Amino acid sequence: MTMLPDEFADLETFAGKWCLATEPARYATRLASSMPELQAFYDAMTPRAAAAIDYCDRFALDDMPEAVVNLMYLIYSFINVSFSVEVWLQPRVPDSGSAYFTCFLEPTP
Amino acid sequence: MPRFPKPPEGTWTEHYPELGTEPVAYEDSISPAFHELERDAIFRRAWLNLGRVEQLPKTGSYFTKELAVAKASIIIVRDRDGEVRAFHNICRHRGNKLVWNDFPREETQGVARQFVCKYHGWRYGLDGTLNHVQQESEFFDLDKSCHGLVPVHCDVWAGFIFVNLAREPKQSLREFLGPMITALEGYPFDRMTERFGYRTEVHANWKLFMDAFAEFYHAPILHAKQSRERYAAAGQKLGFEAPYYSIDGPHRLVSTSGVRNWEMGDDAVKPSEVLTRGGLFGPWDKPDLGEMPRGVNPGRCKPWGLDSFQLFPNFAILIWSQGWYLTYHYWPTSYNAHIFEGNVYFLPARTARERIAHEMTAATFKEFALQDGNTLEATQISLETRAVDRFHLNDQEILLRHLHKVVGDWVDDYRLAKGAVA
Repeated sequence: MTMLPDEFADLETFAGKWCLATEPARYATRLASSMPELQAFYDAMTPRAAAAIDYCDRFALDDMPEAVVNLMYLIYSFINVSFSVEVWLQPRVPDSGSAYFTCFLEPTP
Repeated sequence: MPRFPKPPEGTWTEHYPELGTEPVAYEDSISPAFHELERDAIFRRAWLNLGRVEQLPKTGSYFTKELAVAKASIIIVRDRDGEVRAFHNICRHRGNKLVWNDFPREETQGVARQFVCKYHGWRYGLDGTLNHVQQESEFFDLDKSCHGLVPVHCDVWAGFIFVNLAREPKQSLREFLGPMITALEGYPFDRMTERFGYRTEVHANWKLFMDAFAEFYHAPILHAKQSRERYAAAGQKLGFEAPYYSIDGPHRLVSTSGVRNWEMGDDAVKPSEVLTRGGLFGPWDKPDLGEMPRGVNPGRCKPWGLDSFQLFPNFAILIWSQGWYLTYHYWPTSYNAHIFEGNVYFLPARTARERIAHEMTAATFKEFALQDGNTLEATQISLETRAVDRFHLNDQEILLRHLHKVVGDWVDDYRLAKGAVA
């Protein structure tokens, strides 16, 4: 059983961990990951993100097959992780200590 | 030399002479006694925004709001006539909380045909009428018609639901909002229903977070790392100046000029922003919202970035030139803590590409807010040492002066009125 469309089989190795339906789950996974893990996911996604967005864009948002929804979730996770890799150089926002900012509502998908 | 013209007085602050230019004290943010006064003087007298009409899509839609600062729990409901009403969330029988699930202190929402008390089954209609009393004949002189839910003054402006806990509000909602805010009517708030909601508890006085978002002087420094090097370096060298400030009654506005970092070349943006076409300023591809009402960008800044309207006491609306808006709410839980809620609103995405640009925008907002929030706890701790009690504010911090002045004025006014009665 694969989670992603066949065209993105190369990203399947990240799907189990990063195809997450909610922002709280994505952010928690980011904080629980090491920088090498985040970097590996980011490096795999960066060259494929444009193609992935193009692919998702062929489907209506309210009628997406499950595999395409999973690909959307993977892109959302890439966005979340991009801050650690491109900006902070650590999983957590600097000086954010025990601060949290819970996403209690978000659009689906 | 200022980059943008200032008023004839030479500074924005002196344009509003009642604000003064002297250093300010922050006793109003560290004193438990002052906070006790704020509860009655401000939060039980001002119009408070509790949400939007889209949260009540049909007859019987309701949500509850816990206003710890005003020691109140409120039910907001759409009644059978389509009107939005507010009631105190308390049963008239023996004072049980009427609407709650599992945890009495947590907010809830849903759709109801009537409200039934969990304790003894008293039933209330959506208009608050007491419709049913269990074993009614065993009561003494109980007139059901006089025992409906206790109403709270409630009114709607531009789809924003406000309540006022005063017995008789001094002003109508429209009068309270005044011309600067009501000139936003016509902005398509009602169509921007794609919403991301975020919430946190900040261990700082509510006004300190309002201060943080009332000035952008901090942006090039605190958020330096958040930008690519070239953009960050330019920001730190130039500092920050806003092209326009305005004050209208208890409310205030700062507008920013329209720097678009994606127009500064690839080394000014993050690679993921290029891929997703979104970021701090919003989606790079601006939706067509039609003609803007005159209240948007009232300083006619060109280019224009955003308007940050702070509505007294604890509500802000940020309208971005890239066609989206944010709201902030600051709900005190004690003199040195508050619940901060931020909501991000877009026109509903029509395509996956638009949805992804929205995700990038909302995610960037969260990263910034996390940085802001923790700095405030550090400020609160320091202020409470009282080692320093006078602080200089520059002209870009004019709105902070105004917030603290208005809070002080409302508290003084309340003290006077109370003194007159006593």
